[in-house]
Amino acid sequence: MPQQVIRKNSDDWELIPNLLDYDAAREHFSWEHELEMLDGLPGGGLNIAHEAVDRHAADERHNHLALRWLDRNGRATDFTYGDLCALTNRFANVLRDLGVAKGDRVFGLSERVPELYITALGALKNGSVFCPLFSAFGPEPLRSRLSIGEARVLMTTESLYQRKVAPLRDSLPHLQYVLLVRDKTDAECPHGTLDFRALLQSAAESFTIENTDPEDPALLHFTSGTTGKPKGALHVHEAVLAHHASARLALDLHPQDVFWCTADPGWVTGTSYGIIAPLVIGATMIVDREEFDPERWYGILRDQHVSVWYTAPTAVRMMMKHGSALARQFELPALRFMASVGEPLNPEAVRWGEEAFGLPFHDNWWQTETGGIMIANYLSQPVRPGSMGRPLPGIEAAIVSAGDDGKLEVITEAGREGELALKRGWPSMFRTYLYEEARYQKCFRDGWYLTGDLARCDEDGYFWFVGRADDVIKSSGHLIGPFEVESALMEHPAVAEAAVIGIPDPVAGEIVKGFVSLRPDVDATSKAAVETLRREILALARKRLGPAVAPRQIQVENDLPRTRSGKIMRRLLKARELGLPEGDTSTLEGKE
Amino acid sequence: MTEAELRSRALEKLLQVAPDIDPDALDPQVPIRDQYDFDSMDFLNFAIALAKEFQLNIPESDYPHLQSLQDTVDYLVRHTGEQDVSS
Repeated sequence: MPQQVIRKNSDDWELIPNLLDYDAAREHFSWEHELEMLDGLPGGGLNIAHEAVDRHAADERHNHLALRWLDRNGRATDFTYGDLCALTNRFANVLRDLGVAKGDRVFGLSERVPELYITALGALKNGSVFCPLFSAFGPEPLRSRLSIGEARVLMTTESLYQRKVAPLRDSLPHLQYVLLVRDKTDAECPHGTLDFRALLQSAAESFTIENTDPEDPALLHFTSGTTGKPKGALHVHEAVLAHHASARLALDLHPQDVFWCTADPGWVTGTSYGIIAPLVIGATMIVDREEFDPERWYGILRDQHVSVWYTAPTAVRMMMKHGSALARQFELPALRFMASVGEPLNPEAVRWGEEAFGLPFHDNWWQTETGGIMIANYLSQPVRPGSMGRPLPGIEAAIVSAGDDGKLEVITEAGREGELALKRGWPSMFRTYLYEEARYQKCFRDGWYLTGDLARCDEDGYFWFVGRADDVIKSSGHLIGPFEVESALMEHPAVAEAAVIGIPDPVAGEIVKGFVSLRPDVDATSKAAVETLRREILALARKRLGPAVAPRQIQVENDLPRTRSGKIMRRLLKARELGLPEGDTSTLEGKE
Repeated sequence: MTEAELRSRALEKLLQVAPDIDPDALDPQVPIRDQYDFDSMDFLNFAIALAKEFQLNIPESDYPHLQSLQDTVDYLVRHTGEQDVSS
């Protein structure tokens, strides 16, 4: 096992870490105690938005900077906790005035603009369920998610609406209100939409938060499985306990910190840690409207005095390509902790952090279903580069395997591979897959949640990621379901069959590669004809799915490996592609 | 190589990465990502494809000069000029 441990020196710490002694922190941790650190609603309930915004607005943090938003030119717009309280009250009133009720689903589809944050928190105040959608999704992922989630309200921008949603509108019978953030306000809103800002302006500024129960649904996040439709993982207001605990312990967030999570709220990290967790702590969060650009990012770290930074392996590897010299041109005296999530951060990238910023990246692990960070490397603790770290206080993790009798065996032997599992019952655990209870129940056995990730645990309790137990692809930290991509490829009239796998990529971890076989009547005699078709198919996939989900490569392959029952074997395709042993092929037909 | 040739070859590389782009509708003056869903991985692949096509070393620090098709053509004019007089 590679063991170049990065040790920590307490002289380097500007603040006393929230987690000083790992074993003691685990021993003394309780969720009851975590709840005591929060406020609760006057009526006895629990509401994420109250803990994130209103409780700070009601005390001496009223004028503390909660959110600093940077526009494309880097100009800042500031929102104090008091401002956020008033704006989210207004949005909650907008929803209430429209008759949007507790439990109704409010979706957000937008670039990172302030209205997205107001929508998320205002919806929670109203007791509605907030669901973020990634703005670079194509129409097909949007249609399936809006449809499965029975979106009643959608907040989006005028251009995204026109490009992606308007053509789908007829297929979304539940979608009653579309609230548009518009650049031009002189013209009328497109048919069937309302003006977000006008509604906000005319709404009342005081609001009594819906007295939500800790078990009331709050957040809906879609994720992908190997087969079938996207799954809507539903989280409840009690998740805020885990947001609070993990922000304190895994990210070492203090109220005086300036925190920047670079993830987009369209993915779970960007909601749990890009909206909720820093506000629950009472810190200042930075939101940047723009996409990745190393000089811009280093400038933000410097100019905004970012002290805690949470980013992703793909971004780290892109920064590495630009070299550490560029990073070192920026003096970053405020920066004291850096963390990363998405897929395993390779040891070189962890150490590159030290070279470029004088700090290692701290990798951590969690999933859409877990709602918050479960396993982490901590500020006060040694880092083992390449390891996801150790379970958070309050979280029990293990490596398991299914025994011959179907019973789950907990593997205690250090270094043996198995499936990573978590003891069920932590507050941010998902409570169902929307309308797919059977699929939800299949994730649990003998009191353990089975994560679908293969891992091992070393003799000191550090966990190491090995791979996925299924065919789901992890690209730039996002899970992509092969079925969703294959379905889009199949829409091209020339395609007979499609199979999609992930292939290793030095920047994105994995990229999506699609294999298609062509219908017999399709002209594929010349190289040029095949190339034209290949591009057409790729273009279609990108239009339907958006670049984050669509294949980056497509190969025409008329002999896809299949089982005797006719099912395409993605695993074998992957082995072939990577030149790996093909394993047991006894159920295989087709190629020799 | 003329500017028109550079433009056509650069566009071809762009379409190789993102064939969903309609070359007739693309505004060469406007950043590509403002007109299409074109993410940072696409951008990286575009830069790598250009470097290969024109046998250039395009350092990452030059990526901001490749945001629109016209930016890209201007960049190529500046960086391929000398080689191409002789070719």
